[in-house]
Amino acid sequence: MLTGILGTKIGMTHVFSEDGRMIPVTVIQAGPVFVTQVKTQASDGYSAVQVGFGEISDKKITFPKFGHLKKAGLSQNLRHLREYRVADTSGFEPGQMIGCDIFAEGDDVRVTATSKGRGFQGGVKRYGFKGQHMTHGYMTHRRPLSSGATGPQRVFKGTRKPGRMGTETVTQKGLKIVGVDAERNLILVSGSVPGHNGCLVSLAKEAK
Amino acid sequence: MAKQAILESVAQPFQKTDLPDIRPGDTVRAHVKVREGGKERIQIFEGLAIAVRHGGIAKNVTLRKQSSGVWVERTFPVHSPNVAKFEVVRRGKVRRAKLYYLRGKVGKAARIAEKR
Repeated sequence: MLTGILGTKIGMTHVFSEDGRMIPVTVIQAGPVFVTQVKTQASDGYSAVQVGFGEISDKKITFPKFGHLKKAGLSQNLRHLREYRVADTSGFEPGQMIGCDIFAEGDDVRVTATSKGRGFQGGVKRYGFKGQHMTHGYMTHRRPLSSGATGPQRVFKGTRKPGRMGTETVTQKGLKIVGVDAERNLILVSGSVPGHNGCLVSLAKEAK
Repeated sequence: MAKQAILESVAQPFQKTDLPDIRPGDTVRAHVKVREGGKERIQIFEGLAIAVRHGGIAKNVTLRKQSSGVWVERTFPVHSPNVAKFEVVRRGKVRRAKLYYLRGKVGKAARIAEKR
């Protein structure tokens, strides 16, 4: 069985558990994904399944990707390709459709997505610098101040500075699946997941 | 299907359809399910609705009452399965959506006139 699936983040809402607790959930429209390539120990040195998800127009798809999908015997264009490692590749064949019913309620998953872009941010927001006092006559409030010692006469590479924040690949581990609607390809994950609404998310089962 | 429509359809099965129209200033009885020692019973919390927060399934109402001389406030998610039902006992005449100003009032000033 495939260990993960691709989907689109729809947004957040609430549901009630059986004992009456309100659970915040993220709704993910997951799958169906199509197997585009099966990698085996013999062919690639490791075993994995490559799947594709999402639509893309004929005009926008690149020719190499078009050829790759054609080789898998797929008639529709797929926007995103991702690989999931599996222990055993038997039972997978190119072109096969996989739905979100590989997950069940109560499963632990980790969700990977590209986080929301924050733009150019200062050290306080980006790295949690404490900043200076807001009052008592301080004329600096959120500056990064010292860049290091005067000894080396230069700033070390990797010193935390203001700059572009967000748009990074973030993985949220240990989230629980609250519900699966295989008919509408919806998965409910408890809590929040990275990324903006409508972004591509990858769900992977947590190793037991 | 639009994203918002999907979200609403996910929350919809959990929502109650038989809720009374609760407005700020109303006196409301909430029939709360209490579980004690494996048994379940109904406890009534009657108080003045000083705030109603909307938001679909997240809608909640804050009830304020005096209990053994102490004012207490409790916020109920109206769609929660832990509340069996709500009853509106009395309609109040108020001109504000949030009646937080009552917290600072005592005695006669803390009353709400009945709506006629």
